[in-house]
Amino acid sequence: MKTTDTRPLSQVAEGEIVSIVEIEGGRGLRSRLTTMGLLPKTRIEVVRNGGSGPFVISIGNSRMALGRAVADKIVVE
Amino acid sequence: MTDDKLKKITVALAGNPNSGKTSVFNMLTGASHHVANYPGTTVEVEEGHCRHNDLRITVVDLPGAYGLTTFSAEELVARNFLIDRKPDVVVDVIDSSNVERNLYLAIQLIEMDVPLVLCFNMSDVAEQRGIVFDIDRLSQLLETPIVQTIGSKSQGRTPLLDAIVAVASAPRKPRAHRINYGDEIENALEKIEPLVRLEYPGLAAKYDSRWLALKLLEQDGDITAKVGVGRLIEVVNDAVAKLKTIFGDDPEVIIAERRYGFISGACQEAVKTTVELTHTTSDLADAVLTHRVFGLPIFLLMMYLVFYLTFSIAAYPMAWLEQFFGWLSASLASIWPANAGNWLRSLIIDGVIPGVGGVLVFLPNILILFLAIAVLEDSGYMARAAFIMDRLMHKIGLHGKSFIPMLIGFGCSIPAIMATRILENKRNRLTTIMVLPLMSCGARLTIYGLLIPAFFPQNWRGPVLWVIYLTGIVLAVIAAKVLRLTVFRGDTTDFVMELPPYRVPTFKSLSTHTWMRCLMYLKKAGTVILAFSIILWAAMNYPKAGDQSLAGLSPDESRQAQLANSVIGRVGRAIEPAIKPLGFDWKIGTALIGATAAKELFVSQLGIIYAVSSHDDSSATTLRQHLQADYSPLIGFCIMLFCLISSPCLATVAITRSETSSWFWAAFQFVSLTVLAYIITLAVYQIGSLVMTL
Repeated sequence: MKTTDTRPLSQVAEGEIVSIVEIEGGRGLRSRLTTMGLLPKTRIEVVRNGGSGPFVISIGNSRMALGRAVADKIVVE
Repeated sequence: MTDDKLKKITVALAGNPNSGKTSVFNMLTGASHHVANYPGTTVEVEEGHCRHNDLRITVVDLPGAYGLTTFSAEELVARNFLIDRKPDVVVDVIDSSNVERNLYLAIQLIEMDVPLVLCFNMSDVAEQRGIVFDIDRLSQLLETPIVQTIGSKSQGRTPLLDAIVAVASAPRKPRAHRINYGDEIENALEKIEPLVRLEYPGLAAKYDSRWLALKLLEQDGDITAKVGVGRLIEVVNDAVAKLKTIFGDDPEVIIAERRYGFISGACQEAVKTTVELTHTTSDLADAVLTHRVFGLPIFLLMMYLVFYLTFSIAAYPMAWLEQFFGWLSASLASIWPANAGNWLRSLIIDGVIPGVGGVLVFLPNILILFLAIAVLEDSGYMARAAFIMDRLMHKIGLHGKSFIPMLIGFGCSIPAIMATRILENKRNRLTTIMVLPLMSCGARLTIYGLLIPAFFPQNWRGPVLWVIYLTGIVLAVIAAKVLRLTVFRGDTTDFVMELPPYRVPTFKSLSTHTWMRCLMYLKKAGTVILAFSIILWAAMNYPKAGDQSLAGLSPDESRQAQLANSVIGRVGRAIEPAIKPLGFDWKIGTALIGATAAKELFVSQLGIIYAVSSHDDSSATTLRQHLQADYSPLIGFCIMLFCLISSPCLATVAITRSETSSWFWAAFQFVSLTVLAYIITLAVYQIGSLVMTL
């Protein structure tokens, strides 16, 4: 399923719109993200990429803050 | 009066965090709610009542949840309540401007086959965003009644109640359609479901069997544990393994995808979005308030403002209340003749008024503090504070979300410890609970409010208070780090949190929140504080010293002799050697014992001691003047330090025990904080005294 231009969400610049390919990580995290609407094929926009700090994305009409470690585990294209 | 004859039903309110669930709860129940403790769930939920037609409706506000998984304490609480208490109707409150994600919970409720009403709340916001619903069509697709409401403006109350009553009184009938999960998963379900019914008739009676089968495929921890080892679990494991090879992913994720697929299909048919909105005013506010450089200073400034207001505005009503109680006690003393052995007069004037009144004086501070916390919560800024603090919190092995309970802890440790349920990771949660009492609560504010003006000049008062609060925060940070490196070692969990849009808090919601908290404070003053004031008064007046032993003493000396002979006097003297190195005498010692029951009792106790031992009833000598005469500012500071750190109050011990389901952690918290308080106060007093003599 992976294509060559996939990258972790943490490397996406502010303002860019990407789509989730997969979520790496344990069942706990995946289950939590899924319930909150973050699952493969979902389109999200990076609202804030705070360098080393947390990360804000826009999904539908809501804003979500993600820790950097989480943003590293979300693979997007 | 005919309430008893009314038919009673229970309605549970479920919904995502930030869906306006609380505003719907307030709309339905008015201000008539209280915190209820449901046996078996060991968790407190808020409960209120209302009447509609010929029904008496009990509304239970479940914790906010995105789904019904077992990964977060809040979701598990909500789920267990639905299963164990079987409410007559479940109302799922949905943020209309965010239907797709909010419907995910609704789908799970539909799958549990609970009697459901969907409440599309904040429909005004959705309208502003250009979202148009075909409610009839959506209701048909979901086979569930839908009511549109605006909770913050109390619009849609009657239609919602009508729908609740209709669902409660209609006979339950099976749903015509179920979500189709695709051949592979459906095949697996077909194998598992009959087996569940056959081998676990007990479970199948309690839960919907298809839901059980789905949960087993999702490898739900709770249900899997209930099923235990056996043929069924083998079949499930086989099916899971097979699905994994087919889809290359856990069945759980595939099932979730299908649910979202169903939702987006339904929304495509019945929801029209005319305006594509990506940036809102909330984003603009966030650009400033969560700015990577300015965010933190802005936050610190806001905190300073909160504490500044708490003291400056409250100073006036506080002074009035102090004067009032002084006047009350003085005028009672003058109209009520003092006969020897008139114990009731002494109880009222020396026990109840200084004990309860001393605590009530601080109601204005409490009111402003809780109002400020309610504003932070309702406006959506609380989530931003967590976001801003995430980077710092990471350094101590926690994440930003732990900061929300800590902020609430400045108000009261009890709701704060309950608020730790938002933390998914058990180690994070326990660490946060353990250090929470170091966040100086409103009750301890009464102690500072008494002592700071007694010992420090006007322009020192703000900084001293600031140092006290800061000490608590710094200690909490160090303690958390130590705990995370030792007892609660393990990975930091992932930080995921929704940032709700900023909202202007409604007057109604602010006033309800603040009023409820103040009511609890008043209730505490009228019950715990009153009871302990009476006990302390009695302990101070009995046993009476014999007449012979008092013979020949001046009135002042005989009073001192009586105090020394009393229960309190004896206990105080017994512990005096232990607290002497901290600079405390037996009077402070007994007040500290009182503070273990409730922190405010420290103030009550000193009030009672000085009322009993003072030789004139004139209100001119206030408690502060007595204290000033007896102790140095260093001792005053040490008292505050000790009260800040030491033994959390009994209510905190109880809530720690119930939230951690363990006496061990409650005892651990109590003992380690008290030991820490002793060591730190000892060091400060000894070093401080040394410096003073130089």
